[in-house]
Amino acid sequence: MRYHPLSNADRDEMRRAISVADIAELFADMPGGVVQDLDLPRGKSEIEVERHLAKLASKNLAASQAPFFVGAGAYRHHVPASVDHLIQRSEFLTSYTPYQPEISQGTLQYLFEFQTQVATLTGMEIANASMYDGSTGCAEAMLMAHRITKRRKALLSGGLHPQYAEVARTVARLAGDDIAALAPDVTAAEDLIAHIDDSLSCVIVQTPDFFGNLRDLRAVADACHHHGALLIAVFTEAVSLGLLTSPGAMGADIVVGEGQSIGNALNFGGPYVGLFATRHEFLRQMPGRLCGETVDAEGRRGYVLTLSTREQHIRRDKATSNICTNSGLCALAFSIHMTLLGGTGLSRLARVNHANAVALKDMLAQVEGVEVLNKSFFNEFTVRVKCDAAALVERLAARGVLAGVPVSRLLPGAGLDDLLLLASTELNTDDDRATLVAELKGAL
Amino acid sequence: MLDQPKTMEAPATFTGNRGLELEEPLLFDIGRDDATGVDIEEPAPFASCLGGLERAARVALPGLSEPETLRHYVRLSRKNYSIDGGIYPLGSCTMKHNPRLNEKIARLGGFADIHPLQPQSTVQGALEVMEQLTHWLLTLTNMEALALSPKAGAHGESCGLMAIKSAIAARGESATRKTVLVPQSAHGTNPASAALLGFELRAIPAGADGIVHAEAVEPLLCPDVAAIMLTNPNTCGLFERDIAKIAKMVRDAGGYFYCDGANFNAIAGVARPGDFGVDAMHINLHKTFSTPHGGGGPGAGPVVLSARLAPFAPAPLLIREDGGLRLKEDVEGTRGFGRITAFHGQMGMFTRSLAYMLAHGADGLAQASRDAVLSANYVRVKLRDMMTAPFGDRPCMHEVLFDDAWLAGSGVTTLDFAKAMIDEGFHPMTIYFPLVAHGAMLIEPTESESKASLDLFIATLRNLGERALHGDAAAFHAAPLHAPRRRLDETLAARKPVLRRTQGAA
Repeated sequence: MRYHPLSNADRDEMRRAISVADIAELFADMPGGVVQDLDLPRGKSEIEVERHLAKLASKNLAASQAPFFVGAGAYRHHVPASVDHLIQRSEFLTSYTPYQPEISQGTLQYLFEFQTQVATLTGMEIANASMYDGSTGCAEAMLMAHRITKRRKALLSGGLHPQYAEVARTVARLAGDDIAALAPDVTAAEDLIAHIDDSLSCVIVQTPDFFGNLRDLRAVADACHHHGALLIAVFTEAVSLGLLTSPGAMGADIVVGEGQSIGNALNFGGPYVGLFATRHEFLRQMPGRLCGETVDAEGRRGYVLTLSTREQHIRRDKATSNICTNSGLCALAFSIHMTLLGGTGLSRLARVNHANAVALKDMLAQVEGVEVLNKSFFNEFTVRVKCDAAALVERLAARGVLAGVPVSRLLPGAGLDDLLLLASTELNTDDDRATLVAELKGAL
Repeated sequence: MLDQPKTMEAPATFTGNRGLELEEPLLFDIGRDDATGVDIEEPAPFASCLGGLERAARVALPGLSEPETLRHYVRLSRKNYSIDGGIYPLGSCTMKHNPRLNEKIARLGGFADIHPLQPQSTVQGALEVMEQLTHWLLTLTNMEALALSPKAGAHGESCGLMAIKSAIAARGESATRKTVLVPQSAHGTNPASAALLGFELRAIPAGADGIVHAEAVEPLLCPDVAAIMLTNPNTCGLFERDIAKIAKMVRDAGGYFYCDGANFNAIAGVARPGDFGVDAMHINLHKTFSTPHGGGGPGAGPVVLSARLAPFAPAPLLIREDGGLRLKEDVEGTRGFGRITAFHGQMGMFTRSLAYMLAHGADGLAQASRDAVLSANYVRVKLRDMMTAPFGDRPCMHEVLFDDAWLAGSGVTTLDFAKAMIDEGFHPMTIYFPLVAHGAMLIEPTESESKASLDLFIATLRNLGERALHGDAAAFHAAPLHAPRRRLDETLAARKPVLRRTQGAA
């Protein structure tokens, strides 16, 4: 086997060295004995493996092959070629968690830079070294709010991504906590403040919300703070931070979101990278890894993982979270792309995204049977169509157009079968929009 | 021949660099506000729809041009140790070779450039990858069902325990079954995961031989026991030989058996956890199935479930129907416990691990396990006369555990020994874990090392050991001398946390 360096002669010699006549002796304790004849094929050459998997890949309709307007929590952006090259450097790709900092300064320094970038973007004081993704980060933020406020009830906005809400509900139910969720809020009309009282640990609000609406969080933040609750601001489109007032500037206590948009491919849903930022005062209740600055024995600046007394390997059942890893390589991709963009480039990229979405909105406004519902949006908005949106999307997919996400896919049975979410990024062209509009006209 | 005294110190350089060893400033010290490595044209003027929420101030982050970006990150990368660069013998971490074919496969447009919410009719190939991965994992473990979506091992633990909690609730025993049994040698994630779900913990005392004995578990099996969490092979590198007996006892007492699958690399293709009576086990694809650790993630931790727990599997559920494959994205109409992440799990890791499995085949996977176990025992036997094993001289599985008894009186600690290894060009083994061994040194060579590599590793440890035992403590205390940094002040980092670059800082 090409991945195994030991030859049979090596194995024989090593077996003799350890005085074992047959390697099976080392597996003698297995209940049921050593298994034989598993219903699995024998090993394949590199050519055969590639052929097998390339065939499966070819059965999928890649975003690059179609006018593509799919978003709802994952967004297709251009990733500069140097990002993917750099993250495949052996020293980044094949290193472990930086437990030996003297020979892990590369990883530690980029994590420190990443933390700085995330804190700056979100308008917060500190950020951690990343979470698995936005949805799990959101649930961790809720648990963190419970620890800080010593209350165990969260309020979810109806604009929160339905799967984020479902993750939070699952965790809350099984951890024995309370949760209150407002109904799906297509036009950001809900009165969150009316639901805030002294029983809440936190209010979780997304902006841009699931339906694409932009939300001013300032009044909600004030109401939360008046009642001793924390405001958790969620985003699923990190590029929006380049153009919009940051959640931190609007009074959020914890900002958590999906960082996939910057540096990371769609990957059918993972791996992604959760961004997590908060105020300094909540540092010790924060989940996840943290990288901190220090000095070495010669006084030179260096970096280490720090405050691990919050973490499971030290605190075990008293830890702030069971999390044992971050999303290191995806955080690196985020950080490299962010470095390439710079603040100026990110804002410009965000404006292009918004401009393309506005152009699409203007074109759809001319299509009979399509009604744009949003008053405000960044690069994604909701339309009402005169038919079942899921069936419409299927019809267009069959014609090679990926027209967006029917709301009913994520909110089945909510009576929202005629709603469609459409996202636009810098990758959408005039031709894409023209094709979409023509196909919609034909299908409606 | 130059006649230089060995002790001569290299003079300081003007730059602080030393040949190929280059200092690299923070991005924030070299970047500029207006610099960018991405050419984006400003859009033509248009009427925005931002509802008055446009950012007032620019994002205060510097940029770099593309060549400067390459240089920054390439220089940073050179301050890292890596598997590609040398043996990475971290016990419990399975730092094996990461085949580059897998990277290539994961980046095929048909896998990397598909959206989790595009119509399922357009991603049948991706669903087939999931189906095939499921078949491999269920066959290798002899289990009933797979929860694909957990993002990492600890997330898998949460998933498995959530299924257990739901099964207990379905039996109407939520109020009474609230305890999880965990041995002292367990990974810290085990008690943390259980505590997160409101379980109470009861410790299982370790046997003098490093394994959990059925007799030690029996008195703990009160009617309040929801589950037992065991790692097998355990974190001491030993196979829990009472495992089937313990599983049966736990099951008879009405509890469930969660197996931490972190050490599956010792037995994949050789033994099946389902045959031990396991109810749930996460599989670290980033360990056993070689997806890159990436400096700390992303991982992937799908969970195999027994027939007793299969009905409680979370969304999404993969279903084969007449028209092809379908992902059921909610648990409506099932007893599934809900959802633990948005979308469908770590697809990028599924493609990589399926490529790994196809390349190995059943025969290759078994060979990998045999080689991993053989290599660990080879290291054990070659070091056992010098180092001390906490549980006596006995065969191990894929990792070998030593303690620090052999260093007593030398003035050298486990940490010093590890740091001295760095100067010799090695990444240290796992140290101070598991907690049941004093000054633990846990070595996992994996199947990826040649005999020559193992021999040099062994010879180096022997040489260091002799130096430690012959009064060279001061040199050990000073180590490492040759790494990009000397020892770092972790106390300072924790006492005065500096977690980001603040504006204007020097």
